[in-house]
Amino acid sequence: MGLISNGTTIFDAGSLAAGLGSSMTFIKKITASSSATISFVNGSSDVVLDNTYKEYLFTFNSIHAGTDDTGLTVGFRDGSTDYDAPKTSTFFRATHGEDGTSGGVAYVTGADIANGTGFQRLDNDFGADNDQSMSGYMHLFNPSSTTFVKHFMSRTSTSRPANRVNDIFMSGYCNTTTAIDAVQFKMNSGNIDAGDICLYGIS
Amino acid sequence: MGLISNGTTLLDGGSISSGLAGSMNLIKTVTASSSGTISFVHGSSSVVFDNTYSVYCIKGINIHNSTSDELGFNGSIDTGSNYNVTKTTTHFYVIHADNGTQGHLYYNASEDLAQATGFQNLTSASQMGTNNDDCADGELWIYNPSSTTFMKHFLARFPYMDSRSPQYVYDCYTTGYFNTTSAIDAIQFKMGSGNIDSGTFKLYGVS
Repeated sequence: MGLISNGTTIFDAGSLAAGLGSSMTFIKKITASSSATISFVNGSSDVVLDNTYKEYLFTFNSIHAGTDDTGLTVGFRDGSTDYDAPKTSTFFRATHGEDGTSGGVAYVTGADIANGTGFQRLDNDFGADNDQSMSGYMHLFNPSSTTFVKHFMSRTSTSRPANRVNDIFMSGYCNTTTAIDAVQFKMNSGNIDAGDICLYGIS
Repeated sequence: MGLISNGTTLLDGGSISSGLAGSMNLIKTVTASSSGTISFVHGSSSVVFDNTYSVYCIKGINIHNSTSDELGFNGSIDTGSNYNVTKTTTHFYVIHADNGTQGHLYYNASEDLAQATGFQNLTSASQMGTNNDDCADGELWIYNPSSTTFMKHFLARFPYMDSRSPQYVYDCYTTGYFNTTSAIDAIQFKMGSGNIDSGTFKLYGVS
């Protein structure tokens, strides 16, 4: 059954008509609980990560590490079962200590990747005190393209073990024309103790 | 009464089904008019700022000030009785003058906070211009403000035009955390001095 108002189709075939409602659609929320990895796989557990949307947004909400001095990383799957799509990326950060020292902004060479297949850092390592965490977001553009490389960009705020705040900007591309059909998050070491990662589609 | 189309429930119990209504939920719009402060207080004037959403976004659009100064914000843990939550922050900007000079990136140590309770500036030390067409625009994201476990992170970006000649565009990036495990239940914006002459603030909850 559809719903037509003044000649305009509002609902039909179980869907809201294009142009109505919001352009940002919630897809999936995964809550960490001492989790080794968190994965969003197209077609699995209600996850959509294909050409349904041209842009996807991940939000990181109060990600808490199981151990001090470890950080959240991301890998992209490009046709196999491994999250090893080659990436080239940039990484810079602003920092400032609770004691008023160390204020500055700088490029972090050790956190970028040059056509490497390893997981990409989303932050400098953060602290595992009970109240410390990381929050932020990452955009992924047109992951299903088989023509273009796939760009991503993130910004996160973290509380460092030495009681500093970091404002971290990471950007880059998956250097492949194979579609990206899954994204995985994990810590540098240890588990993701707690926190939520949400996936949205932007239409 | 519900509405079911092709086996999918579209409306029921007074709500649009999850996934159909979208995830950016406009909670409140406040329009400045020579306003000393702009506040979003949970439970007041239809404002929701609690665990209903885990992420909130406040957008400032065409924020125009009556005197040259900086736009700042603070949080409250007592529903707006006091805006003085302890914060540690960073602040840097990218600038470029409208005569083509001075393009660079700069960390502004005079605008960051270290365990301080004052307002955090979203614009920078070169104060906002007051020409009729001058304004600031941007957004402030606040994560999990109702948490009583974690400190609360925020991220902001506010570009604006300063008050000098030649005039500069500033692209200001601020981040930090409210260093408290008490819930943040209100946010306030104000100028360093004078009023917010005009502009629109919109509060969204991200579901």
